[in-house]
Amino acid sequence: MIEFRLESRSGIAPYLQIVQQVKHALRLGTLRTGDQLPTVKEVVGSIAINPNTVLKAYRELEHEGLVEGRPGVGTFVLKGLDGPPPHAHAALRRSLLRWIRNALEAGLDHESVEALFDSTFREAAEEEIA
Amino acid sequence: MNALEASGLSKSYGKHWALENCSFELPTGSIAGLVGPNGAGKTTLLHIAVGLLRQTRGSIRILGEEPGSARVLARVGFVAQEMPLYKSFTVDEMISFGAHTNVGFDAQHARHRMEHFEIPLDQRAGSLSGGQRAQLALALAFAKHPDILLLDEPLASLDPLARREFLKILMEGIVDSGVTVLLSSHLLTDLERVCDHMMVLARGRFRLIGDTTEIVNTHKVLIGPRDRAGSISGVDQVLHQSTTERQSTLLVRTNGPIIDPAWMVNQVSLEEVVLAYLDSRATADGAEPELHAVRTEVAR
Repeated sequence: MIEFRLESRSGIAPYLQIVQQVKHALRLGTLRTGDQLPTVKEVVGSIAINPNTVLKAYRELEHEGLVEGRPGVGTFVLKGLDGPPPHAHAALRRSLLRWIRNALEAGLDHESVEALFDSTFREAAEEEIA
Repeated sequence: MNALEASGLSKSYGKHWALENCSFELPTGSIAGLVGPNGAGKTTLLHIAVGLLRQTRGSIRILGEEPGSARVLARVGFVAQEMPLYKSFTVDEMISFGAHTNVGFDAQHARHRMEHFEIPLDQRAGSLSGGQRAQLALALAFAKHPDILLLDEPLASLDPLARREFLKILMEGIVDSGVTVLLSSHLLTDLERVCDHMMVLARGRFRLIGDTTEIVNTHKVLIGPRDRAGSISGVDQVLHQSTTERQSTLLVRTNGPIIDPAWMVNQVSLEEVVLAYLDSRATADGAEPELHAVRTEVAR
């Protein structure tokens, strides 16, 4: 069983924080196939959030095929999360490097590069899920 | 179906308008926060909704009916500000009192809750701590098994720890019952994580009504050069603007992505957005922002 925590000031929607924490636990192996996620009541009783937020997060995870809700029983992990194959990493890394060089050449300093990456990434993530 | 809805709702006390032309819809199953400074009209609105006050103009329906009838009151839970309890009554007497004065009151349910929170049934209500009083008031409200629960500033008298505890218990109760909740508060940070709807009231008028996530997603802070402060693609309305010699910082409502590279786009917290709507005189043109309703759907 895992526990969730919410970062109020992160600017990331609470349901998304739960989705990310489940995925993180899947990657780390803290959550494995067949494990049960905390019930909605357990989550709201431990971190005082809206039950709809938890339901929305679980629906999103279900939609991605990572978990399965069994009516009257709970929500269970269907499969763990393995990263993409290593060569995919290498190719992505090369294109990211090109982008970073372009950004630095355009006169952006390190912090602006990070800020631009962060805000773009967040927008893309939000679009993906909305 | 809306659990609560109003149209053109207005209430005057003599020459003073406590509520002016308020319209809103609260879908069944939502957990809504009624936010505004003291004197904004929050209590007036809640009192009209439960039938303690009558509006001067406009209409309001709670659970599809006019407020105040015995039939609808049996389905409404209301916890007034300061959680009024009879001080000389014991906890058990308070629960019995609830059972005698309410139809379908589940006294056993309330006693179980008290045991669960280790509040002695023979303790006098007047000697309970703030947190315990809140638990008792909430237990009494839930014992009615209401379809809608209205809470007037339930957090105001609680310390931060008791506030968090109260919200946990409230949320657990909602999971069990599926009740629609409207709670008023001037403490925004507490509401952000529990409310899926926000209703922002200031000086008797609604400034912002909508789905909490929508509100946060459609507002941004833009930082950029001062001379570019004209119209920006993707910006619907500028709510707040501050400028230095060369830089402008804008809090805006968006209607699309901001792609102009001159502007650095920052996420905003719900608190920043709500404060901008409350502090309406601080807008760029000095005018009050118009009521902005974000269309919403509540899934449950």
